[in-house]
Amino acid sequence: MARSDQNIVLHVDDVSKNFGGLQALSDIDFAVEEGTTHAIIGPNGAGKSTLLNVIVGRLAPTRGAVVFDGTVLTGKQPYQINQLGVARVFQTPEIFPELSVLQNVMTPAFAKRDGAFRINIFRTVDSEAEIRDEAEAILEDVGLSTRLASHAGSLSRGDKRRMELAMCLIQHPRLLLLDEPTAGMSRHDTNTTIDLLKKIKARGMTKVIIEHDMHVVFSLADRISVLSGGKIIAEGTPDEVRGSAKVQEAYLGGAHRLEAH
Amino acid sequence: MTLFQMTRRDALVLLAFAAVILTMPLWTAPIGANYPGLMQKFVIFAIFAIGFNVLFGLTGYLSFGHAAFLGVGSYTAVWTFKLLTMDVLPAIVFAILVSGLFALAIGYLSMRRSGIYFSILTLAFAQMSYNLAYSVLTPITNGETSLQLTLQDPRVIDLALAPRGAGLPTASLFGQTLTGLGGFYFCAVVLIVAFFIAIKIFASPFGMMLRGIKSNQTRMSYTGFNTRPYALTAFVISGMYAGLAGALLAVTDPLAGAERMQWTASGEVVLMTILGGVGTLIGPVIGAWLIKYFENIFSAFNEQILSRFFDFVPDPLHDTMVAIASKFVGEGWQLTLGLLFVLVVVFLPGGIMEGVRRIGSLFGRRSTPVSPGAARAQPAE
Repeated sequence: MARSDQNIVLHVDDVSKNFGGLQALSDIDFAVEEGTTHAIIGPNGAGKSTLLNVIVGRLAPTRGAVVFDGTVLTGKQPYQINQLGVARVFQTPEIFPELSVLQNVMTPAFAKRDGAFRINIFRTVDSEAEIRDEAEAILEDVGLSTRLASHAGSLSRGDKRRMELAMCLIQHPRLLLLDEPTAGMSRHDTNTTIDLLKKIKARGMTKVIIEHDMHVVFSLADRISVLSGGKIIAEGTPDEVRGSAKVQEAYLGGAHRLEAH
Repeated sequence: MTLFQMTRRDALVLLAFAAVILTMPLWTAPIGANYPGLMQKFVIFAIFAIGFNVLFGLTGYLSFGHAAFLGVGSYTAVWTFKLLTMDVLPAIVFAILVSGLFALAIGYLSMRRSGIYFSILTLAFAQMSYNLAYSVLTPITNGETSLQLTLQDPRVIDLALAPRGAGLPTASLFGQTLTGLGGFYFCAVVLIVAFFIAIKIFASPFGMMLRGIKSNQTRMSYTGFNTRPYALTAFVISGMYAGLAGALLAVTDPLAGAERMQWTASGEVVLMTILGGVGTLIGPVIGAWLIKYFENIFSAFNEQILSRFFDFVPDPLHDTMVAIASKFVGEGWQLTLGLLFVLVVVFLPGGIMEGVRRIGSLFGRRSTPVSPGAARAQPAE
């Protein structure tokens, strides 16, 4: 791989993870360039979620390290990793169900502006016009501008996912991690989400997507790593991965599914 | 000025609240509660409950040990009276500071766990404080006899200004003694200030962060918030409110006993908050009033009063009615309170404030149609 190191935002450096005797990840090594979308695909149990949890600091790797923009993430708390500029969308949306949609999206903006901890009781949330305006603009982008005052808990699953994405976008992260962003969505919702993610791509944000839906992966990713049995068995552009016999054999068990979409 | 900045709605709530508090001697007259001692309790326990709600209502951390901070506030206030001056302001300031420090230490340790383990830890610390006050710390707390003023107290500031009087001194504010209604109005003004601060916390970004912690702690940390200092700050603030309430108890009656720190007192403020409405501004105040009213008025009802109340009932039924009703008043007042609590928790999980909101939306729908989204966006908080 002849890529210049200056443009590397995320480097997963020879990471292995054991749970007792089970080796969930072995010698995972890949790098993500600034402004690109890197997808990690693999069948259930391949270690996708474990890998993501290692990247965000929820799990400590047994060996190796995760380096973000020159900083080693290993051993840092999730909030510290976020403060460095990494935001995450979960497989099951993690939102504030009791707050309004607008408050859900405003809250992360305070973490971005005020840092990990600040006692701010003199102002009112309503008087934070700048943050409010930005939250409204982003909610418009994701198509939720009519639901600003709704309880977030009452949204449909697709809307919750869109709102969670807005919660990440308002922080203008340098790296956005998406864990199966279209899981459990209808075909229509999936397509809307893909369009939305393409729109974000135009803004030059670096993204890592964990996904099993080929349709989503091939239409979004610049590079793809194929994970199977805790190892990366192939890495390359969508076309290279699509053409790899090894991938079709080991991961998909047949070529037809790759061509299906 | 940003300090006094608030929404129109909050400003109206504050004005209405102040009006209700300051006119308390008028509206408590028909229910037989318009004597200063009881009204002071209404006001002081409202402060205690408002502060408790900043922790429990906003962050969801359920403390079972807040009476410890109330007790610490009382002891500190009485010691300030004994050592420095009978003026209430130093006593209140010291009580808030010392109980805040206590809350910082206990909160720091307890907040290493969440959920039921947090509650048990706070309960354990409070019971420990209670037992220490009765045993090892007797030189400071005067044990079972309670900490009281004596004729030999040094009171260095007071005695530098004027010679020692004949009897025991009373609490004062800038030389004005605070007894009877004066004491009530002083506590009332403190309550209004405490309520104003609670409004500010509820409407501030800080308050929204605390709600975020209650709603989804995982999302908060992945959003870049260090949640522990936020929750700990809420714990310290509520501990300071409790200390303030404890100091005011000492102002109205300069005496501090360990029973104020017992677990039943900690449980009482939990009941007040849940009864009135967790996470609402007004709810805990109403809960505090209901419980104190039951404790002081309902418990005083006896058979003569009941007999007079059931005068309209014909004779054979009369005695039965009185016999049944007497089980629920007097010494049985806790039975009534317990039933009320069960009814509220089962049918109005949001407390009395949820009942108020439901009635309000019932009328609202009849006159002007309110969209469900708009009604939900402004819960009565």
